[in-house]
Amino acid sequence: MMFAAAALAVLIALGLAMVRACIGPTVFDRILAINTAGTLTVVLISVYGFLTERPEFLDIALLYALINFIGTIAVTKYVSYEGLGYPVGDHDDGDV
Amino acid sequence: MQWDQIADVLSWIFISGGAFFALTGTLGIIRFPDVFTRMHGAGMVDTMGIGLILVGLMFQSPDAITVIKLGLILVFIFFTSPTTCYALARASLAAGFMPMKPRQIEIMTTQHKDVVVEKKAAKKKSKDKETKSSKT
Repeated sequence: MMFAAAALAVLIALGLAMVRACIGPTVFDRILAINTAGTLTVVLISVYGFLTERPEFLDIALLYALINFIGTIAVTKYVSYEGLGYPVGDHDDGDV
Repeated sequence: MQWDQIADVLSWIFISGGAFFALTGTLGIIRFPDVFTRMHGAGMVDTMGIGLILVGLMFQSPDAITVIKLGLILVFIFFTSPTTCYALARASLAAGFMPMKPRQIEIMTTQHKDVVVEKKAAKKKSKDKETKSSKT
């Protein structure tokens, strides 16, 4: 019961974040909303593991948190530097 | 009182608090006016919402390794959330977006109020017209 309530709240929050990801005027709004959605997905996976009484799902949640972080940083770097490679020429800003 | 009942009550408190913060944080992401203010809502979800729900789950763990895994997720999100926010703010500043000045916010809110007042006036007018037309 408790886990079902938590899962429901997280699902509603996920839907609200996806609304901002759809209507976001700039690309940074979309990145922010997708990052929040990924963080909420981590909690959703954990709660689902407890809901089905299989806490091994926490490993997947931990992995998803790692991938979410790397993905957000990569997309931010891609958007601001128009590429994922090392800085070249007079573009000496370095990493994000 | 048994330990199970105490753990259940604590879990309910923490999970409902986390759900509240997650919902209000995402509502803030929708309602705030620009990127830099929306980051506040995202930070609320990342720290309070996620943290409280995971702490609530900790009380229901069957063994110690589950608590350790939940703690690992918690610590990881606590470190990555500010990093992501910082990178995003830096990227959007570099792209030319500036945080709003107080004067701009004031103009926005007053404009919003004006729009609301105009809408109400328009509704009244149309209602009056309807009543007049129905009378005639």
